[in-house]
Amino acid sequence: MDLQSLLAILPVLIVAGWASLLLLIDLFIPKQRGWITPLLAALGLVAAIIALLSKFDLETSAFAGMIIIDGFASLLQLLFLVLGLMAIAMAYDYLRRRKIARGEYYTLLMFSLSGMMLMASAGDLIVVFVSLELLSIPLYVLAGFARPKTDSEEAAMKYFLLGAFASGFMVYGIALIFGVTGTTQLYGIIESIRAVSTIPSLALLGGGMIMIGLGFKVAAVPFHMWTPDVYQGAPTSVTAFMSVGAKAGGFAALLRIFITAFPEVAAIWGPLTMWIAALTMAWGNVAAIAQKNIKRMLAYSSIAHAGYIFMALPAAAVPAVAPEALRGALFYLIAYGITNLGAWGIVLALEKSEGTGLEIEDYAGLGMKYPALALAMTVFMLSLTGVPPTVGFMGKFYLFRAAIDADLFWLAIVGVITSLISAYYYLRVIVVMYMQEGSPAPRSELLLNATVILSALATIIFGLLPGPLLQLASQANILSLLP
Amino acid sequence: MDTMLTWVTFTPLLGVLVILLLPKDRHNLIRWVALLGSIVTFGVSLFMLSRFESSFPNLQMVERRSWFQIAGVEIEYFIGVDGLSLLLVLLTTFLTPISILSTWSAIEERVKEFMIFFLLLEVGMVGVFLAQDLFLFYIFWEFTLVPMYFLIGIWGGPRRVYAAIKFFLYTMAGSILMLLAILWLGIRFESFAVPDLIQQAGIPADIQTWLFLAFAAAFAIKVPMWPLHSWLPDAHVEAPTAGSVILAGVLLKMGTYGFLRFNIPLFPDAAVRLAPWMALFAVIGILYGAAVSYAQRDVKKLVAYSSVSHLGFVILGLFALNPQGIQGGILQMVNHGLSTGALFIIVGMIYERRHTREMDAFGGLWKIMPVYGALTLIVTLSSMGLPGLNGFVGEFTILLGSFGSDAIGSPIYAGLAAAGVILAAIYMLFMFQKLFLGPVDKEENKVLKDLNWREIITLVPLVFFIFWIGLYPKPFFDLMGPAVDNLVATLGTVSMVVR
Repeated sequence: MDLQSLLAILPVLIVAGWASLLLLIDLFIPKQRGWITPLLAALGLVAAIIALLSKFDLETSAFAGMIIIDGFASLLQLLFLVLGLMAIAMAYDYLRRRKIARGEYYTLLMFSLSGMMLMASAGDLIVVFVSLELLSIPLYVLAGFARPKTDSEEAAMKYFLLGAFASGFMVYGIALIFGVTGTTQLYGIIESIRAVSTIPSLALLGGGMIMIGLGFKVAAVPFHMWTPDVYQGAPTSVTAFMSVGAKAGGFAALLRIFITAFPEVAAIWGPLTMWIAALTMAWGNVAAIAQKNIKRMLAYSSIAHAGYIFMALPAAAVPAVAPEALRGALFYLIAYGITNLGAWGIVLALEKSEGTGLEIEDYAGLGMKYPALALAMTVFMLSLTGVPPTVGFMGKFYLFRAAIDADLFWLAIVGVITSLISAYYYLRVIVVMYMQEGSPAPRSELLLNATVILSALATIIFGLLPGPLLQLASQANILSLLP
Repeated sequence: MDTMLTWVTFTPLLGVLVILLLPKDRHNLIRWVALLGSIVTFGVSLFMLSRFESSFPNLQMVERRSWFQIAGVEIEYFIGVDGLSLLLVLLTTFLTPISILSTWSAIEERVKEFMIFFLLLEVGMVGVFLAQDLFLFYIFWEFTLVPMYFLIGIWGGPRRVYAAIKFFLYTMAGSILMLLAILWLGIRFESFAVPDLIQQAGIPADIQTWLFLAFAAAFAIKVPMWPLHSWLPDAHVEAPTAGSVILAGVLLKMGTYGFLRFNIPLFPDAAVRLAPWMALFAVIGILYGAAVSYAQRDVKKLVAYSSVSHLGFVILGLFALNPQGIQGGILQMVNHGLSTGALFIIVGMIYERRHTREMDAFGGLWKIMPVYGALTLIVTLSSMGLPGLNGFVGEFTILLGSFGSDAIGSPIYAGLAAAGVILAAIYMLFMFQKLFLGPVDKEENKVLKDLNWREIITLVPLVFFIFWIGLYPKPFFDLMGPAVDNLVATLGTVSMVVR
């Protein structure tokens, strides 16, 4: 273990190390000063961001290829850290309102965050697995954080059982690949697959199982069943973080493994991911129409958005399109992260201390009584639909472009038609807010409001001037794995 | 670089900014600021007109800047005006202050939001007519949906929510297909700028057909062409008066303009080949719209369906693909904006007084409201195409063009469309008779007040142009002539090849 390697993963080390320390420090913080722990957690994330930015252009591999540091990893890590900061800001008031404010919340969140960051720079299937568990286990606990409320416990249980099941698939897949190729390192796998003329079917089976395991994490159809229940039952602040963080983490691994490590078998995973993408978009959007509870609605919406991001994979199966497809997916993850977290912020503001106020009907009258909040929600809904001039539109534009470029015209058509379907249920929220009478009583809390306003502004500004974000995404190259 | 057109497009935003700062219960102040903002915009657009060189056939006052790059393709902020779009820009900036004036007493609730949405809508509409980059065009095109959705959904009639959602979904359904076609063009030619795409040409004929159809899906829904019109009666009837005026006056023209600006020059082979089909659907729309209008008992619905009929004429003219047809089509877009806009204002005026639009509730209004009656008569006659008023000039030119059109290939369409003119006379006069003639047999009608000064001022500018275009249309044709000739000349070479 050399110093260079340690420096390369410094941001991850800061987050994980600081979380461990904070676990201890929290014991000595008096209960009435509950604001100290989140503040310290946020400072830790800021330190990690500074460390990350200071070496943002670094391209190297560490720990003998176990870790890859490249533009792709750096950009995703930055996204995770920013989302983490927003998640802390949004959770603070909510936890106190629900009377579940405990310091562990923030340390668990940071552990999960370090798992996501590690995932983005994994160069070895073992690291993928370890970071997947590091990402997931804190989330299982967080989902049950509102204990002893039964729906929270139920959510934690479901999430844990299905997550463990998915991990099982994942490990089995890794084992099969190791059995065939004799290595778990991504570049070793490439080399050994290139060396043979026909690819052993066991390796294909292994790859498929890895896809199943990660498909669970990103909530792609048909591995999505846990999503609505878990999203609904978990404390809303956890759901908000999970819906963007865990999803982006899963995609970080999917994109890296399938685009960089298995390009030789693209002919096989290309069509497979194409069907997953189409089914996910279709089912997520159709099922969302029937929902009356905003958390369930956003859960299905997050399934649908996993489908849109999944479009990048079949597009990337065409080598010439792969770089743009990858950038499109990254851009979409950023766009989705900003927008979706903002929308969950509104849900947090409207949830009452006893955990009600989560039906879409409860939003009636928001447009008249709280125009700023309603306007922000309108922006988020339009962005999730993909109506210009929002960042959500830019994201879809980029991904559909990649699909058409790869001659997947019908997939792009499925994409636009399901976007049309999604307009129906996103618009319904706007209808309820502006066109029905009611008396909502949202919380007005500084940190939460600031997060929501920032996300809304970012949604519009990056929709009108996507240049800087596109630039960032276009520099996020994946380091060539072959020496 | 010339920033003239940016000013035309975004001046309403200044009004929006001022309104945002005003307290929301100062209704009159907000109205005045909105009116002033839209009048200033109109003034700026007149300045643009004064700088317009009508003998020059290509884009003028072009502003072209790099906006951002996506996948290596430059996306530009690229706006320009030519003879095809100039009149429509002026129509938009002209109708907006009139619409705002027409809502003066009709909108009493949430005036601030109403005016903000209205001015935002103007930005979107002007942008649609000026954008010369497909991406920029799409942004403006989709953006107009949002304010209009709110205008219908918040300030509309009893079934406003249904109408607003239907409007949004219908229009979006069309435009997403166009989006795919735009993406295809962008990938294939590595540019989204319309003039560049036209020059590159060389799209294989069968692909042209598909692209034509994808663009046409968006535009035909917007126009709306039969059989895609079913959102229109709902949206029109439920929208507040000003919304209907803008919807009929400008938003529908975005569809016909789209055919003119994109479908015809970008996919000339397909345009020539599909022209008979377009003419067929246009004629069905003319006759169907007229027949359904006749069956209506609600005045607003009647006017709404008459739009389907009138815009059929526009499509017929455009796809005659000869100078008369296209010039007539453009002029008829303006005419329809003026007359139908005026008709919706007129309907709004009576609705404000009686809160009903059923024809049976009226009768003999002429005796009680003579000024109202006289103005209505002029507008009605204009809408049915009486010689000497604007509608006649447009329809006559269109019929002339389509009768001798090579592209359409048969004079039958023009003949059937001419029957539509007669039908228009029947339903329009029927409506006028029901409302204004006969005895005053309802007590409520006897106490109605005639128009006040504000209402007269709202209608007079429209009537002025109705006469001007009807009596001396030459200046209007001169503005578009060179651009239309230019467009037809590029088509001429194509139709030779196809035939």
